Amino acid sequence: MQNPYLPYPVRIDEIITETEDKNLKTFKLVFLNPDDEEKFSYMPGQFAELSVAGKGEVPIGIASSPTEKGYLKFTVNKVGLVTTCLHSMKPGDIIGVRGPLGRHLWDTLKGKNVVIIGGGFAFTTLRSSIVYMLDPLNRMNFKDINAIYGSRSPGMLLYRDELAVWETRDDINMHITVDGTDDPDWKYNVGFVPTITEQKAPPGNSDTYALICGPPIMIKFTQPVLDKLGYAHDHIIMSLEMRMKCGIGICGRCNIGKEYVCKDGPIFTLAELDNMPKEY
Amino acid sequence: MKYINIDKKNWAGGLENLYGNYRLFGPAKNNKHHIFKELGKGELPDLNYLNTLPSPKSIAFPQSETMFEYSLDENKKGHHILKEINKDYSPRALIGIRPCDAASFLLVKRNFDTPEYKDPYWLRAYEATIFIGLACSSPYSTCFCTSAGCGPFHEDGLDLLLVDEGKNFIAKILTPRGEKFIKSAGWETEADPTVAEKIIKNMKIKAEEKIASFVSTDQLKNKSTTRLYDATFWDDIAFACINCGTCTYVCPTCWCFDIQDEVSRNSGLRMRNWDSCMYPLFTIHGTGYNPRNTKVQRVRQRFMHKLKYYVDRYNDGIQCVGCGRCIRLCPVNIDIRKVCDIMNNYGSSSRLET
Repeated sequence: MQNPYLPYPVRIDEIITETEDKNLKTFKLVFLNPDDEEKFSYMPGQFAELSVAGKGEVPIGIASSPTEKGYLKFTVNKVGLVTTCLHSMKPGDIIGVRGPLGRHLWDTLKGKNVVIIGGGFAFTTLRSSIVYMLDPLNRMNFKDINAIYGSRSPGMLLYRDELAVWETRDDINMHITVDGTDDPDWKYNVGFVPTITEQKAPPGNSDTYALICGPPIMIKFTQPVLDKLGYAHDHIIMSLEMRMKCGIGICGRCNIGKEYVCKDGPIFTLAELDNMPKEY
Repeated sequence: MKYINIDKKNWAGGLENLYGNYRLFGPAKNNKHHIFKELGKGELPDLNYLNTLPSPKSIAFPQSETMFEYSLDENKKGHHILKEINKDYSPRALIGIRPCDAASFLLVKRNFDTPEYKDPYWLRAYEATIFIGLACSSPYSTCFCTSAGCGPFHEDGLDLLLVDEGKNFIAKILTPRGEKFIKSAGWETEADPTVAEKIIKNMKIKAEEKIASFVSTDQLKNKSTTRLYDATFWDDIAFACINCGTCTYVCPTCWCFDIQDEVSRNSGLRMRNWDSCMYPLFTIHGTGYNPRNTKVQRVRQRFMHKLKYYVDRYNDGIQCVGCGRCIRLCPVNIDIRKVCDIMNNYGSSSRLET
C-alpha cells in the first residue's frame, strides 16, 4: 500500500531571494531519486507539502511549470515555524516534497482566452500557469493571454527578470503594476490591481476565463470589476488558502461546507464558491 | 446462516485458545468506567457493561500514532529523510464491541479509504481487526441508534454477533472471518438455526423497544447548506459550549487529526494525534487569520459536518451512529438530538426560522 503521507526526498539546489524585504525566497529542489520526478507529475495551480524533518510540513503552491524539467520551484513567504526554518536553510540541505496535491482546471481552459490577475506573493502558481501556456508546445492551445500582476512596490514583485521578458513578447499582454513608486525610471503601470484590470482586461465572454490569485482585499475589489466587464461567475477561477495538514482530504480541517480545499480545491470557480458557506 | 451456542463455562477456554492466533481487545473497567484495552493472557473481557466511555475507534486510529522516523545527524546515511516504521498489524479481535460502534468503523472508512488515497495506518489496522459484536439488551436513555442508521442488534461491520442468553451466548456467524474465529476458539456446538433466529428476533424487538429517543433526519438532504449555515439558531446552540472538545474525543465517528514532528536530540518522529474542530488552533492560518475564530463558528462546524456536509458528500445518512456518548459526557448538556431536529425542521415552521 502506497503511503500518501511519505514525502519524496529532495535536495535544495538553489535559493533565490525574490523581494526587497527578503521575506520571499524561491527554492529550487531536485529529487534525490530520479524516478520520483516522474511520479510527481503535476499541472499549474496544484500545490505540494514541503516537509522539513524535525519541524513539520507546509502547503505551498508549485511555482515551476511541468514544462520545466529536472527540478521543482517553490516561492515561500517567511511566516511560521516551517517557513522560517526553510528560510535559514542552504543549498545542499535535504527536505521533502509530498504531492502534487489539489485539482486543476486546464481541461476547461483549453482553446480559451486566459486572463491572469495576480497580486503580491500569490503570483507563484500564476507564474507556473504563464510559463506552461507560453511553452512552444502549448501556446497554440490557448487564444489571447493577458496577465495583470501588481505588488506594493517594484522591489516586491516576484520573478522580475521573467516579467521584463514577458513584457516584450507579443504572445502575451503583460500588465505590470505597483501601488506606488518614487522610481523615476519605472516604465510600467502605477495603480491597484482592480483599477488596472478595469483598464486593461478584455471584456468577459463565453470564451474568456479569469484566473485570480491574491490577497483577500485585492480579490474583494477585483470581483466587482470583473462583474462590470461581463465575466460570468463560472468563468472566474480562484485559488483559496486554508490551514492544512494531510493535503489529501482526510485530516478534516480545511473544509468549506462539504468541500475540502486541499483535495476538492484549492481552485474553485466563483460560481462554486457562491454556493458554499462564506467560511474562508 | 450459522449459529453457535457458546456455553459460558467454555468462554474462558475458548479465549485461551484464541490467544496465540489473535491479539485480543475487549472492554475492561478502568476506575469508574469501561474502556477497550488489550487483554493479557488469561484476562477476560468484562462484558457486563453498557458501553465504553471512549469509543473503540482507537483500535484503528490511536489517539497518538507514529508515522515516520528520521535522523537529523548529518554524519548518518539518509539523514533528514523520513522512513516508514514497522508496525504490528497481526490479526486482532475486538471482543464485545457494541453494534453502534461497529457501524461507526464502516462510516469512518469512507474518510480513510477513498478512491484517490488510502490511509495506510487506519486501513491496515482495520483490515487486521475482526469485529466480535455484543448485542445490546439494555441501552442508555441517551441511545438513539435506531434512528441513526443502526440498532442494538445491528450486524453491519461485524464478523460475529454475540447475543447474551444468560448461561450461554448465541454466536451468529456473519462472515468467513467470523467462522474462522469461532473455529480457532474451539466453540463447536451448533445451535438450531430456526430456534436461534427466533430467540434473537424476540430479543431484538424488545431491545429496539427500549430505545426511547430518536432523531429526525429525513429533511437534512433537501435543506440548503448556505441557509442552514447562515441560520440564527447557532448562537443559542453554542451559547453554553466551553469548547472542551470532549464530544469529538469520545465520538466514534470523529476522525480529524493533526500531524506534528517530535524531536529528541538527533532523531525525530512524525506523529499524528487526534485533533478537534472545537479548538481555534485547528484552523488558524500562519498569518494569524482564523476562518473559525469564534466558538459559534466551531460548534456550527461540528454539527454541520455530521448532519449536513457528510449527508451531502456521501448521500447515505448522517455521520453519527446514535451512541449518545457526546450527550452523556457534555459538561454543559448540549444534545445532538435537539440540534439535529432543529436542523431537520429548519424553515418548515416560522418559529424555528427566526
